[in-house]
Amino acid sequence: MRCLLVAVATALGLTPCAARALSQPPARLSQTGLYASQGQVDPGHLAFAPQYPLWTDGAAKSRWIHLPAGEAIQGRDEDSWALPVGTKVWKEFRFQGRKVETRLLWKTGPQAWVFASYLWNEAQTDATLVPETGLADLEVAPGLRHSIPSRTDCRSCHGQASVELLGFNALQLSTDRDPGALHAEPLGPGMVTLKELVARGLLRGARPDLLSRPPRILADGPATRTALGYLAANCASCHRGDRPLPGLDLDFRHTSRVTAAADEPGLRTTLRRPSTYLIPGEPASLRLDPADPGRSTLLHRMASRRPASQMPPLGSSLADQEALAHLRRWVANLAPSH
Amino acid sequence: MHFARPVLLALLGVAAAQAAAPTKAVIQRGAYLVGVGGCNDCHTPLKMGPKGPEPDMTRMLSGHPEALKMPPAPKLPEGPWMVTMAGSATAFAGPWGVSYAANLTSDKQTGLGGWTEAQFLQMVRTGRHLGQGRPILPPMPVPSLKAMTESDLKAVFAYLQTVPAVANRVPAATEPAPSSIPMH
Repeated sequence: MRCLLVAVATALGLTPCAARALSQPPARLSQTGLYASQGQVDPGHLAFAPQYPLWTDGAAKSRWIHLPAGEAIQGRDEDSWALPVGTKVWKEFRFQGRKVETRLLWKTGPQAWVFASYLWNEAQTDATLVPETGLADLEVAPGLRHSIPSRTDCRSCHGQASVELLGFNALQLSTDRDPGALHAEPLGPGMVTLKELVARGLLRGARPDLLSRPPRILADGPATRTALGYLAANCASCHRGDRPLPGLDLDFRHTSRVTAAADEPGLRTTLRRPSTYLIPGEPASLRLDPADPGRSTLLHRMASRRPASQMPPLGSSLADQEALAHLRRWVANLAPSH
Repeated sequence: MHFARPVLLALLGVAAAQAAAPTKAVIQRGAYLVGVGGCNDCHTPLKMGPKGPEPDMTRMLSGHPEALKMPPAPKLPEGPWMVTMAGSATAFAGPWGVSYAANLTSDKQTGLGGWTEAQFLQMVRTGRHLGQGRPILPPMPVPSLKAMTESDLKAVFAYLQTVPAVANRVPAATEPAPSSIPMH
């Protein structure tokens, strides 16, 4: 019965392309379409820089997106853009000026994505596909180690059935960029923001006032804006209200539905909220404790690089000291009215 | 065609609903796997019976009892011994800190009743707490679980969703104290 229904539905065009054969990633980065010629990124791709970059042990990064000709992003849902089939996104990681890794996300069907990571060669001329299990603990510079995530780990952050880009969304590409954003990357020549996407017809269906009232973290001060923006970028891929982890009630995801600073989930679900995780030796802990920031479990786990307590659990081997310092000051200075 | 499309969509919906509800055979398969897999050994607490420790089946698969507050783990002398276990067989102390057996019952707040099948599969595939967090700690036999087929894992999940709910909030794992993590 089910086979018959699937066959008929396919004939009617009802079955998503996910059911069709999955594309396999090319063996070398140079075969993915990133480059027009040796080392020259195809000028048709769009370079971008999210306003709140993800911390990856201080790696320098470059990012590009390719949208198929004539296609556009559907932006009706500001919090979850729909990308056209054929979209490819690359992110290049560099440590001490050397390219180490480039990741590819490639949308091959309405619900189908290919995830791939490429490891650069010594000569810096090309990169080869990394096994699905990733590569752990590479020494990329003296004293600095880097792990290339497994495909399973890629999906831990980008999603399973519903995949999304984390650095390419309305908040990250907002024209109202946070001047205090941690590890902020300047907008280079030709980099796109919402303004360029709208002007070039590459973002359709968005609200008419998207550019006059661009997305931003709602906050009563710049320190809070920066802190919540950082947490949104680094924590919200797992801790998000629309895909809650059972029993946690922890949410860092900014959405367009937030209309008041006090409702920003990164504040609402952390400030003076009890933590199920306990700092060793402490009988009870709060996620964010303005009275004693050092006893905040959020800061404790950000500072940890022990496997059992490190947060985020993936993607870095060094704690982000600049972010810790900012968050510690921010928590300590939060007004009692919060 | 305009008529056929909604009818087919409705039929597909029925088929999807049928696919979503596990059959009795699947649940029985899950029960079998949980039994032979030894899940009860850690996830059902032991109680003292007339002949010694025995599984407390009134708390079947509900994990470490919330009311059983564990004192600090004993310090072991230097040597090959490195793990201690609570008398309930639900709490374990070792170099990783202290870990507690999770509540696998269908309780929505404290067990797996609020989980989706996808979240359960992701937990196994990643070997991570809640499917996205820290690595799952010893003595959970994660490699054995990872080696199971998807259909077997789905059967296990289907069975666990039928296990009577026991409201029991298992404590979070703790790291070895004192912490050496610099905070300033």
